[in-house]
Amino acid sequence: MEYSTEELLICVIARMLEGTRHIAVGTASPIPGSAALLVRALSKGTTRVSVLNSTHHQFWTDGAMELFDCAGQGRIDAFFLGGGQIDGQANINLVGVGDYPQQKVRWSGSFGSAYLYFVVPKVILFREEHTPRVMVPKVDFVSAPGVSEANVYRPGGPHALVSSRCVFAFDKDRQRFRLKTVHPGHTVDEVIENTGFEFDVPATVPDTPVPEPDRLALIRGSVAHEVADPYPEFAKRVFGVTLTQEKSA
Amino acid sequence: MTDNGLMFPNVDSLVEQILDGAKVVIPATRSGVAMEATRALVRRRVKNLHLVATPAAGLQADLLIGAGCVATVESAGITLDEYGQAPAFGRAVTTGQIKVMDTTCPAILAALQAGEKGIPFIPLRGLIGSDLVRFRDDYKVIDNPFAEDDPVVLLPAIVPDVALYHAPLADHHGNVWIGKQMELKVISHAARETIVTVEEFYDGNLLDDDRMAAGTVPALYVSGIALAENGAWPLGLPGAYDVDADHMTAYAASARTSDGFTQYLADHVHTVRAAAE
Repeated sequence: MEYSTEELLICVIARMLEGTRHIAVGTASPIPGSAALLVRALSKGTTRVSVLNSTHHQFWTDGAMELFDCAGQGRIDAFFLGGGQIDGQANINLVGVGDYPQQKVRWSGSFGSAYLYFVVPKVILFREEHTPRVMVPKVDFVSAPGVSEANVYRPGGPHALVSSRCVFAFDKDRQRFRLKTVHPGHTVDEVIENTGFEFDVPATVPDTPVPEPDRLALIRGSVAHEVADPYPEFAKRVFGVTLTQEKSA
Repeated sequence: MTDNGLMFPNVDSLVEQILDGAKVVIPATRSGVAMEATRALVRRRVKNLHLVATPAAGLQADLLIGAGCVATVESAGITLDEYGQAPAFGRAVTTGQIKVMDTTCPAILAALQAGEKGIPFIPLRGLIGSDLVRFRDDYKVIDNPFAEDDPVVLLPAIVPDVALYHAPLADHHGNVWIGKQMELKVISHAARETIVTVEEFYDGNLLDDDRMAAGTVPALYVSGIALAENGAWPLGLPGAYDVDADHMTAYAASARTSDGFTQYLADHVHTVRAAAE
């Protein structure tokens, strides 16, 4: 069965989220958002999903504070973070390139990362662009650190890093990434060549499993319609779905 | 209608309450941003504002920064969201025109909650080991006095001079209905003054109906209200109208250069009542 890169990535992330009680999805995260909604559909409603900025797929009634209060109490089990730069210790940089504060390139800012990375047990790093300018030896600014000293309160942290080329698992003890799978059509050498940080490469690295046909059907059906609420442009581009009746609700 | 001193005849007279150098707390892009009032502030050439975003901001901050109204931005992020990076903000940081107090979302929210409680500081988990703490000399890491070997970050309370936002309704007593945008209650409580523009006026008293009162900021906290129909434009207002996507796309394109930004100001800010047309 044919599938797009987006659909492959949705299935990759969904496999990591199965059995999760409560998944929160930040802004500008249509692929993780679709994965979370797929897991919810597969769970027959036992997985709760909160998509920020969604009209229908979130249930906050206590303002901007509630996501963080929820997370601080351990009520959120999985979240996604990206980074303009990501390094081999899973440090992420959402602030900019060059010497802070007067940087060469300035990005938007750290948002909730410096908190949620500490308190959400399963944080999946997701960045489609997999090039040496993103996957760097050392980030220019640590918005949120990948690892902490033993005495720092940290029930949460990085679980994996998913890119358009491969999946890395994060080894907390070794404080390094390990190449887990390479997406079909990509190679280990290509991943090494495009990654600025060092990581562990096992003797055999399997291909990333292709999307399961029943899941592809779910993605193109209910998930595509649900994700059009927070991410209309994405749903239109990837699934050809436009928001219709939900709009007037 | 009683003359309670809270009602201003128009947005321009309302924003005169915001003085040069004020610490102004503003809501996130989707919470009810007082854009008509922001354009009035730019026209008035307000200077040296210290913006506090709750906990991030977008077009409003970008406009004020680009127009030279801002000295300091305290924020977890400035972004035009799906319309891209905030271009005037980016220029102002790379040229050193503004001071940025970078932080993380819950730190601003917690510090404002400390402000509303009248306590001097508040602890927050996370943050340790982040460069945010390294560059914020007002953040302190202490040992949790209630546990052994448990470092925790303390944040000083934020007490803004002014909270500025746009809400769906106000009544003639000065009560303001914010719906479920509860962070607007926090900023109204934390700030010394609260300045609000509203879509329309509500007949009667919002506090008389518990269903409305639950989402109402009482007049106790409010210093001034003016009517501004479509006052969040081109941003959206929850439950009322969506963002003007075409306008945001056009802004993002114009503001990419300083000249384009200046032209945008001429077309949409210095031209009074742009929103109403």
